[in-house]
Amino acid sequence: MTPFAYRRAQSVDDAVRLAAKPGAHFLGGGTNLIDLAKGGVVRPLLLIDVSRLPLADVTATPDGGVRIGAMVRNSDAANHALIRTRYPLLSQAFLAGASPQLRNMATVGGNLLQRTRCPYFYDTGFEHCNKRLPGSGCGALDGINRNHAILGASAACIATHPSDMCVALAALRASVRVRGPRGERTIAMADFHRLPGDTPQRDTTLADGELVVGVDLPPGGFADHAHYLKLRDRASYAFALVSVAAAFDMRDGVVRDAAIALGGVAHKPWRRPEAEALLVGRAPTDAAFADAADALLQGARPVAQNGFKVALARRAIVRALQTAGAQA
Amino acid sequence: MPAPPPLAMSHDDSHAGATRRGFLQSAGALAGTPLIAGHAQAAAPRAEPSAAPATALTLRVNGQRHQLHVEPRVTLLDALRDNLGLTGTKKGCDRGQCGACTVIVDGRRINSCLALAMAHDGDDIVTIEGIGQPGHLHPLQAAFVAEDAFQCGYCTPGQICSGVALMEEARRGDCSTVTPDVRKQGVAMLTDAEIRERMSGNLCRCGAYANIVKAVRTVAAGEGVA
Repeated sequence: MTPFAYRRAQSVDDAVRLAAKPGAHFLGGGTNLIDLAKGGVVRPLLLIDVSRLPLADVTATPDGGVRIGAMVRNSDAANHALIRTRYPLLSQAFLAGASPQLRNMATVGGNLLQRTRCPYFYDTGFEHCNKRLPGSGCGALDGINRNHAILGASAACIATHPSDMCVALAALRASVRVRGPRGERTIAMADFHRLPGDTPQRDTTLADGELVVGVDLPPGGFADHAHYLKLRDRASYAFALVSVAAAFDMRDGVVRDAAIALGGVAHKPWRRPEAEALLVGRAPTDAAFADAADALLQGARPVAQNGFKVALARRAIVRALQTAGAQA
Repeated sequence: MPAPPPLAMSHDDSHAGATRRGFLQSAGALAGTPLIAGHAQAAAPRAEPSAAPATALTLRVNGQRHQLHVEPRVTLLDALRDNLGLTGTKKGCDRGQCGACTVIVDGRRINSCLALAMAHDGDDIVTIEGIGQPGHLHPLQAAFVAEDAFQCGYCTPGQICSGVALMEEARRGDCSTVTPDVRKQGVAMLTDAEIRERMSGNLCRCGAYANIVKAVRTVAAGEGVA
């Protein structure tokens, strides 16, 4: 790692103030940032340690939702009674990610800000990566692209977002609370991560110096029928080829509301409300699930090595919905 | 599950070694995939600052308070090994991919290679040296010996730290990705599937997994969580 200074933030305001310094990065659990610094992908001049800020609570909100502080560790969020009982989809997504040790370190805020594991981004030996070196080209486009995006990609970048947590948060219509020099604001999950377009160096819509302070889950956690399905090259401790967060609520034998999002297929969690709407008012049949899958995957454009992901995602969506429906 | 560990457990921490490991892991590729680029220095040249001054911090390790001085880049792993001489904790990949560096901080198992020492000022740390000693082995250490749960032994301190923390996680009812219904709470009973999943953050290049599962199961049964 190149040398950097270290400061422990004394408050959220202190952290936001320090973030104005050149080369400053917030440090949460460090599971991604320290790894990136070791690889020379990120060369911070100042690490602002926000891990001990008082943002580590999971609390029920008066509207029936739940608020998760940005510094709650992934394992604590996954195992919190409020998450397990009201938002089992989110608990499952947390548990599908990384390893027990990493989940004990990684924060919810940091998970939102994970960088892609595209090898052309992660290895500074490669010269072409528009995300790491804007304007340098995309090495993956004609390179090893078996695990790259099939939806929403651009000629500049075909990287995928690596998080499991974010896929469930997107399905659950969560929102992200952030604090910056101009105060606090809330960003819907759907708007938090971006598609790459011509500026893949920007993963999110956060402004400079803004700190994630928490995640808000709306009431209605789809607790009765929820399943997070993650498909990967080995049974555990690996990033997704394709993952599906699928859940629905039933009333009188038909679907009342549905939530579906995909991981491993795009630069952000992939959700289309119109695909969810196709299930509403129908019995939870395989035919209905297949219609939703087709709608969610419409316009998929694989590159040379990842054509398998389209069929894999289609079947995974159906299977995740079937598994969710089979729950008691 | 006999998954092929994607990383070379080399002690070569040269740039080439680290990036190749990262590449293989990220690509999900298996050994034998050709590297298709060299190591051109792609980043724009810039003036690097010199090392930040060392700062004092306190670590409570295996019940003993230590004052040390480290610069910000020093990881908890390197502080334990190099500053405190506690070399039982191993450096495998140094990138959070293998679990050899697992230690228990404030009751939680973590990868010490991705933790900055300064971020753990004042924390209570248990390393393999604090878990057992020759003549006074922890039950899990004794079970590893009895079940032949290692060959070269390099991953073993991390495996043991992970397994010890796992017992407490099961007692307090933490769930895992193979837990059938996360909505149901209570003590987590460690089936073999649960043990495999919960130990998946610790790779063993010798492939002693079958006996590691046996050793963990023996101790879990003794503690009433299997």
